[in-house]
Amino acid sequence: MRYVDEYRDGALASRAAAAIAAEADPGRHYALMEFCGGHTHAICRYGIEDLLPPNVSMIHGPGCPVCVLPIGRLDMAIELAMRPEVILCTYGDMMRVPGRDRTSLMKAKAGGADIRMVYGSGDALRVARDNPGREVVFFAIGFETTAPTTAVALVQAAALNLRNFSVFANHVLTPSAIQAILDSPEVTATGTVRVDGFIGPGHVSTIIGSAPYERFARDYRRPIVVSGFEPLDIMQSVLMLVRQLNEGRCEVENQFSRAVSRDGNGKAQALVERVFELRDSFEWRGLGTIPDSALQIREEFADWDAERRWQLRYVPVADNRACSCAQILRGAKKPLDCAIFGTACTPENPMGSCMVSPEGSCAAYYLYGRWRDIPQQAKAG
Amino acid sequence: MMQDDRRPFARKLDLKNGQVDMSHGSGGKAMAQLVEELFGAAFDNPLLARRNDQAVFDPPPGRLAVTTDSYVVSPLFFPGGDIGSLAVHGTVNDLAMAGARPLYLTAGFIIEEGFALRDLARIVASMAAAAAEAGVAIVTGDTKVVERGKGDGVFINTTGIGAVPPGVAPSGDRARPGDAVLVSGFVGDHGVAIMSTRENLSFETTIASDSAALHGLVAAMVDAVPDVHVLRDPTRGGLATTLNEIARQSGVGMLLDERAIPVRGEVAAACELLGLDPFYVANEGKLVAICAPGDAARLLDTMRGHPLGIDAAVIGTVIDDDHRFVQLQTTFGGKRIVDWLAGEQLPRIC
Repeated sequence: MRYVDEYRDGALASRAAAAIAAEADPGRHYALMEFCGGHTHAICRYGIEDLLPPNVSMIHGPGCPVCVLPIGRLDMAIELAMRPEVILCTYGDMMRVPGRDRTSLMKAKAGGADIRMVYGSGDALRVARDNPGREVVFFAIGFETTAPTTAVALVQAAALNLRNFSVFANHVLTPSAIQAILDSPEVTATGTVRVDGFIGPGHVSTIIGSAPYERFARDYRRPIVVSGFEPLDIMQSVLMLVRQLNEGRCEVENQFSRAVSRDGNGKAQALVERVFELRDSFEWRGLGTIPDSALQIREEFADWDAERRWQLRYVPVADNRACSCAQILRGAKKPLDCAIFGTACTPENPMGSCMVSPEGSCAAYYLYGRWRDIPQQAKAG
Repeated sequence: MMQDDRRPFARKLDLKNGQVDMSHGSGGKAMAQLVEELFGAAFDNPLLARRNDQAVFDPPPGRLAVTTDSYVVSPLFFPGGDIGSLAVHGTVNDLAMAGARPLYLTAGFIIEEGFALRDLARIVASMAAAAAEAGVAIVTGDTKVVERGKGDGVFINTTGIGAVPPGVAPSGDRARPGDAVLVSGFVGDHGVAIMSTRENLSFETTIASDSAALHGLVAAMVDAVPDVHVLRDPTRGGLATTLNEIARQSGVGMLLDERAIPVRGEVAAACELLGLDPFYVANEGKLVAICAPGDAARLLDTMRGHPLGIDAAVIGTVIDDDHRFVQLQTTFGGKRIVDWLAGEQLPRIC
């Protein structure tokens, strides 16, 4: 695969690893948080941690859209799906996330709900056109990356006057989450979580650009490198962060320059701006309620807003007590620190959202990396 | 007797425009006609021609292998095959993975009311051709029709019987530390071919399913290395799941080399696009073999000498591991687990 294999080259990886080892000061420790679940997935899948010196450690952040959606919002989707007139269209990852009382969309489907797995908002629109007698709801989740495609669907639905289509919008915003982490008690008051720098979410920045992170670098004194998702991208970003920290710089640098500019994609931003506005507040799993951290559908498109159409009401639901998803999402715990990791909570039988999506920390760690913590296994291999 | 009746049915089955209806599963004359004019004609062989509810035959020498599988694939027709050939290949391969020579198949059809007879005829012809090519006889069968909406076109169950030659005993619990792990060719072709034709996922690709009967390849392999320890075809769940199954059965671990595992560029690209891992994507014409390290070179040469094994490769080693982990040395230089598939592989969000 051209333009992909080049970024997975083992020889180049060794060179990058040697460069990081050479530049990392043995007298200090570098704690770097990758915000985005896509990075977490790549780090675990390609075994990147094997290539880093012991004093450079990665902290998995909250950037998985499946993981940060609180149970209450999922329950709203399940409630919608159970309506006999509704076809709920959802991204596949959401199907297995446990809701209240360990229900899930998959269980609702087995119970008779008409739930269709789609690959994008366009598929949901097609389902609506093909089923004029039914109410088709698109369960929209994701960061700034997927918000424009949801916006396109809403604009098209309005243009076609497609009255049996609506969107249950759950789009959330990255900068708010980064700020929530930097303001969290673990980082500020107790200092139990040390984050020296961030690997910034590349896909999100293709839309919003790198500029929105500049204030964090400046105000919180944390360097940020916006990174691509291939393993070499991540290695190079780690090196760039190590260099900034060594030099005492706190800047936003763009490793993913083949896709990201400082200002992002203006057309996509305008589209999102036209369709969505900021929600006053939105609850995130693990980060609590954050003002201005999510998008809601504007009045102009109210007819296609599932929350208004069915007068859905958000009821917060506490996470399972045994589950440490909340702390893991803030970087305050690692998957292995959770009492039920790998026992009561596995990908086959997830208790929390982090174990569901392949981009969730626990799932990535369970699927790709758990051998690491069994010393005799490392030896056998 | 029916054969003596010159015109047993007033009108021939309308294979061009007709549809299956409930009467075709009723056990009455319509069903007899379907069996006679479609299944009987296509699968014709002396045992089936007796039209009994069972086939009676002398047991072959050696040990017998028996297996059964049900086929519920969607879509029914896909690049490189269809549910009919798949139902033959899949069961023939399950027999072959015991080192067996496949002999007989049964065929059970569950057909949805309204299914086009033309499509059914196409599937049956494909089954017949696949069976003929594999040298197996479809000797008995069953037909049921379910109401419209209660099926997905057609489901097929096939049961197979084969004979295992003396001295050949591959089994999932025989992998030993130090053994070599081989695969017969490119993985993931079937699953990607199927996905490329799904209604909501169509993408351009020239990848065809690898659906094929592997008994010929296996015969050559067990001839060259009778003591092959494990044979298994990595169908649903793909290579990763199959290796995990074997690791669990044998109580061992495995260490694979990602660079050695054959994956076509197009399959890798399609999986990349969809956020899937080709190691978990289904195959229908590939096998995994595990043998003693000293036999690996001969086995590999034999596989590469057969048309269905020309891209065979040694992909890893069996290791001692109480945790039964299948580990992968990545092309990137790191190491990771290749775990069981959890649930079904789902495309990523962003």
